[in-house]
Amino acid sequence: MAKVKLNFAEALCKGCFLCADACPKKILELNEDKVNQKGYNPIHCTDEGACIGCAMCAVICPDSVIGLERE
Amino acid sequence: MAIIYEKSKGLTERPLTYCPGCSHGIVHKLIAETLVELNLLDHTVAIAPVGCSVFAYDFFNCDGVQAAHGRAPAVATGIKRVAPESIVFTYQGDGDLAAIGTAETIHAAHRGENITVIFINNAIYGMTGGQLAPTTLVGQKTSTSPFGRNVAHQGLPIKVCEMLAAIPSSYYLERTSVHDVPHIRKTKAAIKKAFQYQVDGKGFSMVEILSGCPVGWNVSPVESMKFIKEQMMPYYPLGVYRDGGAEI
Ligand SMILES: Cc1ncc(C[n+]2csc(CCOP(=O)(O)OP(=O)(O)O)c2C)c(N)n1
Ligand code: SF4
Ligand code: SF4
Ligand code: SF4
Repeated sequence: MAKVKLNFAEALCKGCFLCADACPKKILELNEDKVNQKGYNPIHCTDEGACIGCAMCAVICPDSVIGLERE
Repeated sequence: MAIIYEKSKGLTERPLTYCPGCSHGIVHKLIAETLVELNLLDHTVAIAPVGCSVFAYDFFNCDGVQAAHGRAPAVATGIKRVAPESIVFTYQGDGDLAAIGTAETIHAAHRGENITVIFINNAIYGMTGGQLAPTTLVGQKTSTSPFGRNVAHQGLPIKVCEMLAAIPSSYYLERTSVHDVPHIRKTKAAIKKAFQYQVDGKGFSMVEILSGCPVGWNVSPVESMKFIKEQMMPYYPLGVYRDGGAEI
């Protein structure tokens, strides 16, 4: 299967965790080593190779943080 | 590289002012995507309410005005009547639409006004600090019902779709939810149908969307989605309450 690339508009993330909860592969987590300009731990992907490109995370994100492309 | 998902062109670059995990953001995206997909963006006017979404006109990439509390359907009526080629929609919370603006809502429906109403039912007044709304559930604790809504004291929660369904000139009424991805997709289909009916000149349409207010409810965003499913949906059944297009 073609590789999926996830793009995060990190500065807009509010760390709400809705995307991580919706992800069927459970590969999204809050990055506790980082704080964005808004003061939140932004979301990041822990295993991009496991992403199936279902876009559940992107659809539920209220702040349009997540974009997805297929290579 | 093929794009699977990207931010809708129907939204401006402005970061949303909503709390983390607030459903307002999800519904904004669905409206924005609909306006792009139906090619309506360049002749649509959004009427923002009073409530957390008071700045909604800054977020939709179309024209917009902001109405006095509850008066969005009246303002929409005026704009639609002087510029009938425009697509006019209101975006309203439950405090706005079902408390101070109940009259405007009911009369717009009785006139069969050719506008689209997007109704965010989050069972609370978000903006002002989580007070009891007309749609607050029985037993639900808010800052003005600290022991839970008591029917003897505050009456029953208003079911807006059921109430408007009694009006023959309501063309399309549907209640949906945004608590998970399949329901978000269904909500988008309902929003699209409502706008298409306006394009076709069918009259009054409203989509009531069960939505989360994690901060007003004092729960996490993930818990707020569970609350919609487990607490709100039993009292507010999802479904189509009127569809003039389907009856033919
Ligand atoms: C005429 C008038 N009365 C009262 C208010 C105070 N007020 C501001 S927002 C609001 C309720 C908002 O609740 P809702 O419509 O449910 O929207 P939410 O904030 O939950 O999105 C009230 C009563 C006001 N701004 N104007
Ligand atoms: S696209 Fe699907 S699998 Fe990939 S991170 Fe998002 S929700 Fe998870
Ligand atoms: S849903 Fe959006 S805002 Fe919330 S944590 Fe995920 S990327 Fe961040
Ligand atoms: S108070 Fe509630 S409705 Fe208002 S922005 Fe915050 S979460 Fe959303």
